[in-house]
Amino acid sequence: MYKAATIRESGQDRIFLLCVYIFLSIILVLVFYPLLYILSSSLSSAAAVQGGKVWLWPVDPTLDGYIGVFKYNEVWTGFLNSFIYTVSGTVLSVSLTIMMAYPLSRKEMFGRSVWIWAILIAMLFNGGLIPFYLVVKDLGMLNTRSAIIVPTALNVFSVIVAKTFFQTSMPKELYEAAQLDGCGDFRFLTRIVLPLSTPILAVLVLWSAVGQWNAYFNALIYLNSRTMYPLQLVLREILVENQISFTNMSSIDPNKLVLMQNMETLLKYSLIVITTIPILVIYPFVQKHFVKGVFVGSVKE
Amino acid sequence: MRLVSQEENQPDSMSISISETKRNAMRRSFVRHWPLYAIIALPTAFLIVFSYWPMLGVQIAFRNYSPVRGIWNSSWIGLQEFHSFFSSPYFWPLVKNTLTLSVYYIVVSIPCAVILAVALNEVRNERFKKVVQMFTYAPYFISTVILVGMMQIILSPTSGPLALLFHELGRSNPPNILASANGFSSIYVWSGIWQETGYGAVIYLAALAGVNPELYEAARIDGASRLQKIRYIDLPGISPTMIILLILSVGGLLSVGFEKVFLLQNNLNLSTSEIISTYVYKTGLINADFSFAAAIGLFNSLVGLILISIVNFAARKVSDNSLF
Repeated sequence: MYKAATIRESGQDRIFLLCVYIFLSIILVLVFYPLLYILSSSLSSAAAVQGGKVWLWPVDPTLDGYIGVFKYNEVWTGFLNSFIYTVSGTVLSVSLTIMMAYPLSRKEMFGRSVWIWAILIAMLFNGGLIPFYLVVKDLGMLNTRSAIIVPTALNVFSVIVAKTFFQTSMPKELYEAAQLDGCGDFRFLTRIVLPLSTPILAVLVLWSAVGQWNAYFNALIYLNSRTMYPLQLVLREILVENQISFTNMSSIDPNKLVLMQNMETLLKYSLIVITTIPILVIYPFVQKHFVKGVFVGSVKE
Repeated sequence: MRLVSQEENQPDSMSISISETKRNAMRRSFVRHWPLYAIIALPTAFLIVFSYWPMLGVQIAFRNYSPVRGIWNSSWIGLQEFHSFFSSPYFWPLVKNTLTLSVYYIVVSIPCAVILAVALNEVRNERFKKVVQMFTYAPYFISTVILVGMMQIILSPTSGPLALLFHELGRSNPPNILASANGFSSIYVWSGIWQETGYGAVIYLAALAGVNPELYEAARIDGASRLQKIRYIDLPGISPTMIILLILSVGGLLSVGFEKVFLLQNNLNLSTSEIISTYVYKTGLINADFSFAAAIGLFNSLVGLILISIVNFAARKVSDNSLF
């Protein structure tokens, strides 16, 4: 490998590379700045935030906003609900995806093309919002927790990605060898395929968990009872519609009113930070598998 | 690159009586591999209930749906709901807004992701590359609700960085972008770019990693510059991926990011922010006009299906790459 030593970078190439570095640095700042601004504001005093004094680092550091969030009961209920929906929804969704993708990756499976066409049609065409809503309604799922988890559990796109992964990374020789040793289809799937499929499992878990944690629309149309609201729906009221209700602080004292207004501002920033953390925490663990899983799963040569 | 493998279409040229062989093969497969069929039964049930049952439900677009009589017993009214949608004053604005948002987004997002991926691919400093990738990728995990909340804070005309910037420049009144009809499409598109470009670039980076390294070596020996290498090796190398992603996004052309549009909507920008899917939600679930909303939804799905088929066909003719 001494080619790199014999052919030197031309001056033009070095300028080009410098431009690439500058370009990427600008992108980095543009993406990072909004995140840093929110984080700094959440740690600053309300007066500094509203007075436009915060632009990079926290001013008059305080944890008031975070303390406020801890006192806000609806946020906690939302957190708990979102946790339930995310865990159960992900377990169900990933199981269904594997259960559909694995048999379809096996040549011994009869009628595969019928299934694959059925999946493709489901991916390209759907009945739309209203018929889907009516099905959920007919199944008696309205205003139940299952409406958030069950109807959207099977994602056909994930099935195709997982099927391609199994097809390309589980050679049929492996199955034949296992079969000779007396291993059946069930055992082959649970003992050999799944342990070897961490990249695709990581991708499926990530897709499903992030989707479920961030979703609000299904809850909006299927749920009435506020005790079942996921976090995002609570956040929508606070962040987007500006409805904050301090039920435990209702008072007409004007001093308190100002305090409450300040609190509202801080609360928003802290909420954004707190609710984004759970997702950002799992991301590094999954990321290393991610590129490999997506790539092997989606590309077939 | 194909999402669906072609091997199941291979002709069974050896068999004399195909049906006989097939029936035997089927029986043998059922007996020997019954676990496979047992495993696939449950997800198949989900597919039928939550994909195909709603497809049957689209018939309410042709019926005068009454909740008491149900989908199957409501009386037929033919294309009446479609006629009233096509002739309503909302029709063209809805179609125009929907197409504006989605075409604008597709046209900007694919080049942005490609440029980011190609630039990252040039970087030799692994740590810098990792940092840029990690940060550009992170916004993908922020929920739509949080994103819109952040936009309200940052673009606020009274406090926040935008107001601060205007103040620094000596101008006192920053525009209230979120409340303007003209700015809506740009707000929608560029916030999407901020959120999704890093994620889009991952796929192109993976495609670039799959390019045969001998091509680069040969190009180096022939004295190609970095720009020429990008032009003649990188871009052709990722074009199949680009085409697949283009087809997929064209298929979703009429079902643009409902969730974000819905959250960004307010009375002041409604003239440019009302799109077909938000209108379906409002007429169908808020005003309970099920048949009318189902008709609009069906129109939306059908046009999407036609568009994806056309683009897929064109891509196959022109470049030999297609989704199906």
